[in-house]
Amino acid sequence: MSTNASLPRWMDLLLLPLMNLALAMAVASAVVWAIGLEPGPVIGLLFKGAWGSASGISYTLYYTTTFVFTGLAVAVAFHAGLFNIGGEGQAAMGGLGTGLVALAALQWMPGLPATILVPAMVLGAMLFGAAWAAVPGALQAWRGSHVVITTIMFNFLAAALMGYLLVEVLKEPGTMDLQSRAFEPAARMPGVHECLLALGVDWPATPLNLTAVLAVLAIAAAWWLLWKSRSGYDLRASGHAPAAAQYAGIDPRRQVMLAMLVSGAFAGLVGVNEIAGVHQRLLPDFVAGAGFAGIAVSLIGRNHPLGIALASLLFGTLYQGGAELAFEVPGFSRDMVFTLQGLIVLFAGALSTVLVGPLARLHRRWSSGAAQGVWP
Amino acid sequence: MMELLHEIGVQAGTLIGSTLRGATPLILCALAGCLAERSGVVDLGLEGKMLLSAFAAASVGAATGSWVPALAVALALGVSMSLVQGWGCVTHQGDQVVMGMALTMTAAGLTVVLGGAWFGLGGQTPQVGDGARLTGWFTDAAQSVQALPVLGPMLGLGLMGHNGLVYWTLLCVLLVWVLLFHTRFGLRLRAVGENPLMVDAAGVSVRGLRHQALALNGMLAGLAGTYLVLALNANFIPHMTAGRGYMALAALIFGKWNPLGALAACLLFGFLDALAIRLQGAPWPEMLGGGTVPVQAIQALPYLLTVVLLAGFIGRARAPAALGVPYLKER
Repeated sequence: MSTNASLPRWMDLLLLPLMNLALAMAVASAVVWAIGLEPGPVIGLLFKGAWGSASGISYTLYYTTTFVFTGLAVAVAFHAGLFNIGGEGQAAMGGLGTGLVALAALQWMPGLPATILVPAMVLGAMLFGAAWAAVPGALQAWRGSHVVITTIMFNFLAAALMGYLLVEVLKEPGTMDLQSRAFEPAARMPGVHECLLALGVDWPATPLNLTAVLAVLAIAAAWWLLWKSRSGYDLRASGHAPAAAQYAGIDPRRQVMLAMLVSGAFAGLVGVNEIAGVHQRLLPDFVAGAGFAGIAVSLIGRNHPLGIALASLLFGTLYQGGAELAFEVPGFSRDMVFTLQGLIVLFAGALSTVLVGPLARLHRRWSSGAAQGVWP
Repeated sequence: MMELLHEIGVQAGTLIGSTLRGATPLILCALAGCLAERSGVVDLGLEGKMLLSAFAAASVGAATGSWVPALAVALALGVSMSLVQGWGCVTHQGDQVVMGMALTMTAAGLTVVLGGAWFGLGGQTPQVGDGARLTGWFTDAAQSVQALPVLGPMLGLGLMGHNGLVYWTLLCVLLVWVLLFHTRFGLRLRAVGENPLMVDAAGVSVRGLRHQALALNGMLAGLAGTYLVLALNANFIPHMTAGRGYMALAALIFGKWNPLGALAACLLFGFLDALAIRLQGAPWPEMLGGGTVPVQAIQALPYLLTVVLLAGFIGRARAPAALGVPYLKER
């Protein structure tokens, strides 16, 4: 996953991810073909479903928003040398934070205006997500327990906690469904179609909401934090050269904590997009694998905020297109998208080192050939 | 009085029995993880290997109605996933954690896609026939000991009458323990997880050892998947592993990377799970707040205990020193 010194920059940052993506697509196409469908038309329909209509585009951007958050959650931790697999649990906790703020307002302070309630819900999501990531972070920093294992455990703990709270504490009385009471109308992230309507543009009603703006801000904030701020420099230094960073006076524990807190806060924002933006009540399992998808997003986006924005668009396209396909093509299951997601992690992440050798050799041959051409 | 004692025996026996049945796939997976991790390869792909082999065993079992080809295909798939893992992580020094996630995510999607396309049951497979199901062992003995007071039902319901794979699994624990700690191969395997450079200097292939460990790992994970559909359930259900692969990993850590310790941890985790199912909806003492027993708390206990152990608050779990570090042979 590290930068490959033997390859020129454009190959490393552009060609390699594209080749890995192509390989994953090729294998996925083989699976599509194996279950008796034509890969070509399927891919065409997928793109049409995602970008062919106003509502399709909106859904695509709504999924994209979620993936930006989980992708950044993986990437920020990665730059500090940590592998945060806990996006799933941190996102669930973010939803809990959002939901608790809204439910508390409903219980004790009904009638709060949206201008206070919605920012409070965003803060609640970030705080809860950050807190859920902070515990594995602290255990890594002070007790040396590996963050990969503890974040996995914390995913299960988050699921258990959510289950307990929804069954025993927050469940809406008198219903069978596992969900909380509905929030107040004010406790709601406004939909993009409503804002566009206020501007006089007619746009279909979709789950796309103003959390998408937060996603754009999050990308900018992550970029600024990682590459333009002093803390970001410290964070990356302690991730890429721990010994040198420590020698330079950078406290590794502080960096672990900073990285996990920021990661968790980003993941927590998924809760805003889903709970405050769409459901308006607390549900279990609303994350639905988005945390794991963040790993794929971060890998294919090479852990760079801009790359993550593009990768999130790709995954938003796949999710929305896949949903449309499952609707239109009999025999096509949406799980095909999850398969492709796994294959992308396989080729762009786990097997990313395989192509480097042959590519570097090819490049050496080309460049030495060119050199001989100039100086025979 | 005798009635009560008998009832206690029956209750205890049922609980022991479901503990053992629930722990078996965990034990197999933990053993698989033990072999990989002792050789220095982190395996987060256990969940995926188990899932894909369960799907394979269910598909073949339903198609042929016999457990032999089902088992064979499941083992073959488990091993081939391990081979991919070894090719990426051992031969090409890819990231082991990412590889594990990739295998698990791909398997989770692929099983549903293929199952849906082949059987049209929303990702489930048809029931495997009775001929393919693993049948109980010592069922006659289980019947006859029931007559004994107290101990009878505990033995009969708890320890006897399970299918053969349960007993084979317990034997596997012993075999893996002997393999790791009392054979030359085991010594080398443990050495390669602690200090691969030393093993390399001694003229033994680091890659070879890790590939072998992974091959055995794939077989055991395949066996765990087979157990899920030929013994525990009767067909494949999407995502039926339900985090067992990760729980096995937790048990492995809890057992301090030792097969016997892992066995104890798996039995504990299996017991907690059996207990949680039994106590579902049971009343919670009035003096402790009333309501029902918080089952989720019992289910979360294995993960919580593992985190606490990893943090070094109860004992110390030390991972193999070279765990997760790809070995690059200098040329």
